Amino acid sequence: MTNNLLFDFTVDKAAKTVFITREFDADLSLVWDAFTKAEILDQWVAPKPFVAKTKFMDFKVGGRRFYAMVSPEGQERWAIQKYTSISPKTNFKMYNAFADKDENPELPGSEWDYAFSEQDGITKVSITIFNESFERMESLLEGFKQGFTSTLKNLENLLTILSNK
Amino acid sequence: MEARRDVFQAIADPTRRAILLLIAAQSMTPNAIAEEFHSSRQAVSKHIQILTECELVKQEKKGREIYYHINANKMNEINKWIEQFKTILETQFNQLDKVLLTLKKQKK
Repeated sequence: MTNNLLFDFTVDKAAKTVFITREFDADLSLVWDAFTKAEILDQWVAPKPFVAKTKFMDFKVGGRRFYAMVSPEGQERWAIQKYTSISPKTNFKMYNAFADKDENPELPGSEWDYAFSEQDGITKVSITIFNESFERMESLLEGFKQGFTSTLKNLENLLTILSNK
Repeated sequence: MEARRDVFQAIADPTRRAILLLIAAQSMTPNAIAEEFHSSRQAVSKHIQILTECELVKQEKKGREIYYHINANKMNEINKWIEQFKTILETQFNQLDKVLLTLKKQKK
């Protein structure tokens, strides 16, 4: 399958804002569910080999999702999200912050705005991340680095083997 | 132990980001930079010191004046890091593609 789906990523460093647009080959209601239902979110939000584990998710305005990214070694990185606005199948906004295992947020967090639209069976998701401090983004990356390093290491080894043939 | 300073710490502060934007356009003396801000001269000079320690800013002597200008190579470190963030998102979305495909099949 050739992937002609749009992926756009821009950063306004001065405004601390990241804009992301991605298209998905599925109808709007399915994509909406994938972003708003814990059982589907847990299947894709953690970059492998990490896994996501949602402890609770109450998708309504004022409701919260408390979840962890779990490393292959079993190390948990908790985060808490609070939904601040929901327009079904159109838009939702949330405040996202890292947290300890007892649901205490580590402020400051960031504001995420998700907009959904469908055309000819392709659903476009536009994400705006506001007020994300670069320090915080760095710690987010730090959390994944270990997993990625091992993945890249595997790839590196594989490439070495292949190039020696 | 020396405090760890890196480019992310440098740009985590709004005043320092404003200083970077200012001197990206033209190199400036510390006095000229300070005049652009409401904070005290000492506060601005502390910010410049941090930017210099992180090597985002370089100083250059012209006659009796010191001018600060952007170190473009160091700014690239930030870009590289942003690329990594982008890669993580790409990975997530590729995983979502697979999940959506599975869900579509289940529906049929």
